[in-house]
Amino acid sequence: MTSTAVAPTPAPPRRAATARRARRDWRGWLFVAPFMLVFALTFLAPIGYAFVLSLFREQAFFGGTTFVGVDNYAQVLADPKFWDSFQRVLVFLAVQVPIMLVLALIAALAIDSARLHAAGFFRVVIFLPYAVPAVVAALMWGFLYGDHFGLAADLNHLLGRDVVKPLSDNWMLASIGNVVTWEFAGYNMLIFYSALKVIPKEQFEAAAIDGAGAFRAILSVKLPALRGAIVIATIFSIIGSFQLFNEPNIMRTLAPNVIGTFYTPNMYAYNLSFGAQQYNYSATVAIVMGVITAIIAYVVQLRGSRKGM
Amino acid sequence: MATFSVTRPRKSRVLTAVMALYLIYTLVPLVWLVINATKTQPALFTTSGLAFGGPFALFDNIGETFTYDDGIFLRWLGNTLLYVVAGAGGATILATAAGYGLAKYRFPGRRAVFAVVLGAVAVPGTALAVPTFLMFSELGLTNTPLAIIIPSLISPFGLYLIWVYASDAIPDELLEAARIDGAGEIRIFLTVTLRQLAPGIVTVALFTVVSTWNNYFLPLIMLSEPKWYPLTVGLNQWSAQASGAGAQPVYHLVLTGSLLTIVPLVIAFLLMQRYWQSGLSAGSVKQ
Repeated sequence: MTSTAVAPTPAPPRRAATARRARRDWRGWLFVAPFMLVFALTFLAPIGYAFVLSLFREQAFFGGTTFVGVDNYAQVLADPKFWDSFQRVLVFLAVQVPIMLVLALIAALAIDSARLHAAGFFRVVIFLPYAVPAVVAALMWGFLYGDHFGLAADLNHLLGRDVVKPLSDNWMLASIGNVVTWEFAGYNMLIFYSALKVIPKEQFEAAAIDGAGAFRAILSVKLPALRGAIVIATIFSIIGSFQLFNEPNIMRTLAPNVIGTFYTPNMYAYNLSFGAQQYNYSATVAIVMGVITAIIAYVVQLRGSRKGM
Repeated sequence: MATFSVTRPRKSRVLTAVMALYLIYTLVPLVWLVINATKTQPALFTTSGLAFGGPFALFDNIGETFTYDDGIFLRWLGNTLLYVVAGAGGATILATAAGYGLAKYRFPGRRAVFAVVLGAVAVPGTALAVPTFLMFSELGLTNTPLAIIIPSLISPFGLYLIWVYASDAIPDELLEAARIDGAGEIRIFLTVTLRQLAPGIVTVALFTVVSTWNNYFLPLIMLSEPKWYPLTVGLNQWSAQASGAGAQPVYHLVLTGSLLTIVPLVIAFLLMQRYWQSGLSAGSVKQ
């Protein structure tokens, strides 16, 4: 995620290379331009359009829109529905992301440790849920949670009373957290595992000479080497949590009374647009969430890389 | 064997057993899906979830999945394939060219491209989805395949991966040699670069295929007619028709359809694991 620091440094300058740079080499655009063109259409234009939308408001009776400046933003920041949904994803973020990343980290360290039987099999199977669409994952777990023909029903039958109620109000956020953990722990495991694989062997040999055991080696060599990967995984997980939509939206069919229209900020923005036709207000909600996400992701990146220095 | 323990630590049964628990957690929903896709709809309600029961109806279910509602599932499968081939294929091509361009050319505006692309990645899809819909709706693109394909064409992750990969995998000397031989830049890209980048390209292709195949939010917003749905949106529609007024539950078709949706991707990942694992490792070198 380090943008400029990673930029490949050119080999020691040769005379030919310097000469070419001097006369402004535009050939690179030949390859970059098509990407940037589509990028502008699908990323930059919508961001600009959303900003424009957020400055206007629909008129109630005459149709059309009027310029209202930052009024929509003031309304979002004072909107209890928005804060309710925001608080929910914040709780989700604080609990689900650490659990998922620690699980992924343990799995990656175990698979990398060479102490595991059939490590390759573990690696592939644990990664497998990533290939399962969020829709199918949510449907499967939703059925498993349900009392029609799910495992929750079997479990309650076994216990003799209704103890396990994954689709009830108190359980729902944890139930969704479980689905997301199931989907993405393996993906994060693979990111960590890939980073572990490229640690130079000499570092372990040095640690072994110092008499470090397996756990010391993890603490003093592996975890520091994983810092970059952990920062990236954390940023992606934060963005993912703030965008939470698919899983709760699909679970909503199973528990319409538990999951409302503003369960997460993304669901709120979606339902404002497609349920209530409040496009301008919806765009404002989306922008506010985008800014909050970008700030938090930026802070995590700064903190992560500063500690690494 | 024990004498090798310095370089190759002894296998631990405890660790394997602990990890097996995680493995079971991963597999339970998938096993459950396979088992229950073999049941008739009435048997779903009368038999235990983790055991086979009732008549074995997997093939009947598959047949009914493909014929139900005039074979709409087949149409959804075709749509998904179209979105994957055009969207993920295009995304791979664009990311490969741009990643290579960024890695191997020093051109004016290069740093600005980095800053803009990386900055935009931090903007969540939420902020983009609704405005993209409104924009596309004014362009008359909503409810057409283009509404799904165009946004799928951009993979910042793919760009990043190819850029890192190309920096390592293509020596400048190789390009210089080709230039001295008189090859043009496009020709060099097609003959020299693509071969060198193959593992990286396969990795990007696989991940863009997965994200397009699994895409739900974008088609949900963009499409209003079932005839353009991909599998994901269609399956959820089948699932939703079990509740509400005039409910027509087709749980057995939802389960069988889900199984049919994930099988191709699982097979693709298993067959190509050598490629994507080496591609990902290369990507993480520079993190």
